[in-house]
Amino acid sequence: MTTADPAPTGALAVDEPSSPSPRRTPRRGRRRWDLDRVSLVAVFLGIPFTFYVLMVLYPFTQAAYYSLTGWSGFSPTQPFVGLDNYVRLAQDDGFMSALGNSLTLLVVVPAVTIVASFALAVLVTFGGPTSGGVRGLRGSGVYRVVSFFPYVVPAIVIGIIWSQVFNPANGLLNGLLTLVGLDRFQDFAWLGDASTAMPASIVVIVWAFIGFYMVLFVAAIRSIDLELFEAARLDGAGRFRTALHVAAPGIAGSVRTAYVYMGILALDAFVYMQALNPTGGPEGSTKVVTQEIYETAFTRGQFGLACAMGVVLAVVTLVFTALVFAVVRLVRGSDGRTA
Amino acid sequence: MSAATGTNAPAGTRAPSGGPVRHRDGRGERAVTVSSHTVLTVWSVLVIAPLLWTLMSSFKTTQQIFASPFSLPTSLQWENYVNAWTLAGIGTYFVNSVVVVAAALFLTMLLGAMSAYVLARFDFPGREVVRTLIVSGLTFPIFLAVVPLFFILQQAGLLNTLPGLVAAYTAYAYPFTVFFLVSFFEELPREVAEAAAIDGASEWRTFFQIMLPMARPGMASVVILNFVGLWNQFLLPVVLNTDQENYVLTQGMASFASQAGYSVDFGALFAGAVTTIVPVLVVYLVFQRRLQGSVVQGSVK
Repeated sequence: MTTADPAPTGALAVDEPSSPSPRRTPRRGRRRWDLDRVSLVAVFLGIPFTFYVLMVLYPFTQAAYYSLTGWSGFSPTQPFVGLDNYVRLAQDDGFMSALGNSLTLLVVVPAVTIVASFALAVLVTFGGPTSGGVRGLRGSGVYRVVSFFPYVVPAIVIGIIWSQVFNPANGLLNGLLTLVGLDRFQDFAWLGDASTAMPASIVVIVWAFIGFYMVLFVAAIRSIDLELFEAARLDGAGRFRTALHVAAPGIAGSVRTAYVYMGILALDAFVYMQALNPTGGPEGSTKVVTQEIYETAFTRGQFGLACAMGVVLAVVTLVFTALVFAVVRLVRGSDGRTA
Repeated sequence: MSAATGTNAPAGTRAPSGGPVRHRDGRGERAVTVSSHTVLTVWSVLVIAPLLWTLMSSFKTTQQIFASPFSLPTSLQWENYVNAWTLAGIGTYFVNSVVVVAAALFLTMLLGAMSAYVLARFDFPGREVVRTLIVSGLTFPIFLAVVPLFFILQQAGLLNTLPGLVAAYTAYAYPFTVFFLVSFFEELPREVAEAAAIDGASEWRTFFQIMLPMARPGMASVVILNFVGLWNQFLLPVVLNTDQENYVLTQGMASFASQAGYSVDFGALFAGAVTTIVPVLVVYLVFQRRLQGSVVQGSVK
């Protein structure tokens, strides 16, 4: 019963290995480039890649160009206006407020989701009856199966279900609150009140992803070198300290990935917001940039302006991603991971 | 009490070999276990409750729904499902979704596997550039691209058509598919392909008859992930597919929900939600283990 050969969990290389495993370098170029090989490469990569460039990469560059024009989409001309669209956005209160809401989501959603799912993952991996090392909680498979499920439910349906849960007249939430005696919530409109609409929307997105990242982190924690846990145990570290000082840094790579994914998702959030408050919520309190882009382009037909919004969104995404990478590198570096 | 090796633990649970409990008495141990179970149970209830409530409400009449959120349905209102399926058009949208997702899935897997194979096992000038460009497609917000994409499809005459939607789905699932499968093809043993070459098999035959079948486990993982992703896709159809008769399920549910605000057929709305969830629930329950495994693999590579 040694740990020589841990059971495969399907979690291959969950964290970036601290010592990069020798990457298998294909022995290439040994054979000559005859027609057979050339045609294979040309067809296998050439056709799909061209298609991809045309449908995905080209639109990105086009959007950047359109953002400098006053194009309305249906007019034949695309008057070049330089940075006018960006100046306009900076002065547009509606857009700036939507940008603020998107940034709120960007700050709150990944943090809450990742902290909560890490906490649950720790309960699953450390909650078992023994001290010190990793000891799985018995029967935790059930929790994983259940809490992972929202990941496969279409986001639009999640939004619709929750908008009914929050429904002031006949929703589940007010029903429960009234049941326990909080009568003032009898017909409280969670999504219709400017002070609660945003928090309620955040709850929905977080709800949808906690289980997903819990599963991810459980696998990541299990792929940490067991000797690290053993060392912590011999040092007399309890569960809590082991989780914080061994498990957390040990899965830094996964946390980084999760943070980037959740951040990109929070900056989008279009589906959830459309389902919960298609008009942008009370006093525009849940209107996000993606909804602005959608309306500006496809309702108002201001395609140049919409593309400028898209560029702003892309820049925010890139800055955010770079920031996450920098922070993780910093934390990791100062942590001096001992092996 | 559990044996030191955790016999009953789910796959992947491991314990360090060190045995006896130190610095801790059994009662404290049990308290930790019990509170862990409590927290996880509460969380599971929070996940399940809205879903079960939706299922229950889908069998109630609109009056019953309004009377109380908790009352059990007095009789099963299958009518809600009929109304959702026919009157709200969920049936048509369902079929559209199946057709579009199936076609896009097939194309994505074919194109993705071919490209990944070439990128993993052939060296040619510009290979790294192509790789980088494909990965970069994963990080940009799709929202930036949808506006121009709208006009590209319009010029191609594919706007508001199901083939146009299939093309868009395929293109946007392509980078992830390639990204995932490249590492898979890199890990396949080289000897087999070499043996095939010595036997005189062409590169084309080697791929279709030897390498592709060998990559089946990786392909299966990506198929499941792509199925979930494409079935749930919302933005692309909302922008590129605006003819009501061509709606896919997610779109149809959104428009149904916004209409229900006026006509208030809440029973049918809940029934529509359940109808949308059931296919993914089935896929989930059947492939649950593999799906979680693939997600873990896919997200962290």
